[in-house]
Amino acid sequence: MIRFENVTKRFPDGTEALKDISLVLPTHELTAIIGPSGCGKTTLMKMINKLEKPTAGSIYIDDNPINGMDEVQLRRSIGYVIQRIGLFPHMTISDNVALVPKLLEWPKSKKEERVRELLELVGLDPEIYMDRYPLELSGGQQQRVGVVRALAGDPNIVLMDEPFSALDPISREQLQDELRNLQQTINKTIVFVTHDMDEALKIADSIIVMRDGQVEQVGTPQQLIDEPANEFVRNFIGVERINQKRTFGEKRLIEFLDLFVTDWAGDAEKISADATIENAFLQLDNSDQNYLAISKGGQVVAYANARDLLKAALVKETGVLA
Amino acid sequence: MRNFLDTLVNRQDMIISALLEHMYLSFVAVAIGIAIALPLGIVITRYRRYAEPIIGVTAIFQTIPSLALFGFLVPILGIGSPTALIALIIYALLPILRNTYAGIVGVDGSTIEAGRGMGMTRTQILRQIELPLALPFIMAGIRTATVLTVGIATLATFVGAGGLGDIIYRGLQSYNNSLVLAGALPVALLAIGFDQILKWIEKRATPKGLKT
Ligand SMILES: Nc1ncnc2c1ncn2[C@@H]1O[C@H](COP(=O)(O)OP(=O)(O)O)[C@@H](O)[C@H]1O
Ligand SMILES: [Mg+2]
Repeated sequence: MIRFENVTKRFPDGTEALKDISLVLPTHELTAIIGPSGCGKTTLMKMINKLEKPTAGSIYIDDNPINGMDEVQLRRSIGYVIQRIGLFPHMTISDNVALVPKLLEWPKSKKEERVRELLELVGLDPEIYMDRYPLELSGGQQQRVGVVRALAGDPNIVLMDEPFSALDPISREQLQDELRNLQQTINKTIVFVTHDMDEALKIADSIIVMRDGQVEQVGTPQQLIDEPANEFVRNFIGVERINQKRTFGEKRLIEFLDLFVTDWAGDAEKISADATIENAFLQLDNSDQNYLAISKGGQVVAYANARDLLKAALVKETGVLA
Repeated sequence: MRNFLDTLVNRQDMIISALLEHMYLSFVAVAIGIAIALPLGIVITRYRRYAEPIIGVTAIFQTIPSLALFGFLVPILGIGSPTALIALIIYALLPILRNTYAGIVGVDGSTIEAGRGMGMTRTQILRQIELPLALPFIMAGIRTATVLTVGIATLATFVGAGGLGDIIYRGLQSYNNSLVLAGALPVALLAIGFDQILKWIEKRATPKGLKT
């Protein structure tokens, strides 16, 4: 758990980037920080690994104040992905990924094993890519390396600053999906800065909406759409998107089966594939289970949780995610 | 042509010893130039507001005509190789200093931020990121300084420090064109030779991932 307590940041030139912020970022969750450019997202994130220091207030990781911690040690224990990828062009992919393990002085065999494991995790064949240089990879591949490089030291916390914003829409979507799946396996505390509401709604467990150095609302994607705290949040989410949810809420689950998972080991409540998304939301809200088992002709064909339903609700008519 | 070849053969010993002197002067001047300008260049990237003035001062030295600088140093330092060396070092400083500074400052900020964010210390960032990425620039600066120094070392003869300038000067005084050529040609060859060797090293110094 990362906790901000009355954190204010004033830069030497007088800019007040953060104004008395108090927040909790829960462990094992992906929290998205969203807001217009210049609202203080990056500054907020950099406070966590001490790339910026608060002018007032304190930050705690699992109740330990970070201002007493050695900044180099702290950074080695936190993964960090920046917007402009920031791979070292003169180092091979393998050396890039192994950077933090090297700083932590892991033995050579452990480092190499880790590099292989991580590259495989994001679908890059180690035999092919380990000895390549960053500039020999596509933008999407480079950012995959950027992401696993941040995981190399097995940190509990990973900070990501608009990691996919420089990518083309197709790679971006792909990486968002991959990150979502990855998070199911690695279960890190991820802080994800973005200015793209679609991205935030798609991947985040909870979203922090910022404006002008202040927090406007904190909530799950569902809560933001259902109950935007004020006009700013409503506009930021987009009236369109809220209305879209209404109309698409009328559509039937059967149209979106390919967005849902096909197997799920836990408990789930049954619902007919002919039910509308709206009804599915209602049933899930009133259920003790987190998943719905969607059945067609007596057979369960897919499983969906609230996130999957939201995805379906946000799908455009063409069937492609907005 | 015949004359020239005769001169080469007859004055062989003198030419070779002048050549060695010339190489020694240039080499020592560049080596000391690197020893001063490289660390200084690194330091001023850390204190950027002093960078402009310091580079500015070395640039002013560079604009002093070389003969004038030699003449200016004699009353202070007297005659001999130290005087010549100091003058040559002064000329070697600027290209190395400027390129070291520009090379390091030119390293993409996001790369350095990534390093800092992952917990590299300042020294680790300098050694593992900034210097390797700036190396081609630094090598280019050393190359410029070397070629410059080899040329200017011709004037060392005026402060009694020897070198190939001796041969040229003697040739001029005795209206012996062959002798002038026997001094000037090795200077040119030396400059071209060093240039080529350093160019090759510069290429090899370019980090592998940056070659396209
Ligand atoms: N080093 C700095 N010095 C002065 N002002 C800064 C500095 N870094 C950021 N700012 C200012 O602080 C505000 C927030 O910046 P930032 O956190 O980068 O915003 P975001 O990431 O949301 O776009 C902006 O007004 C920006 O200009
Ligand atoms: Mg930012």
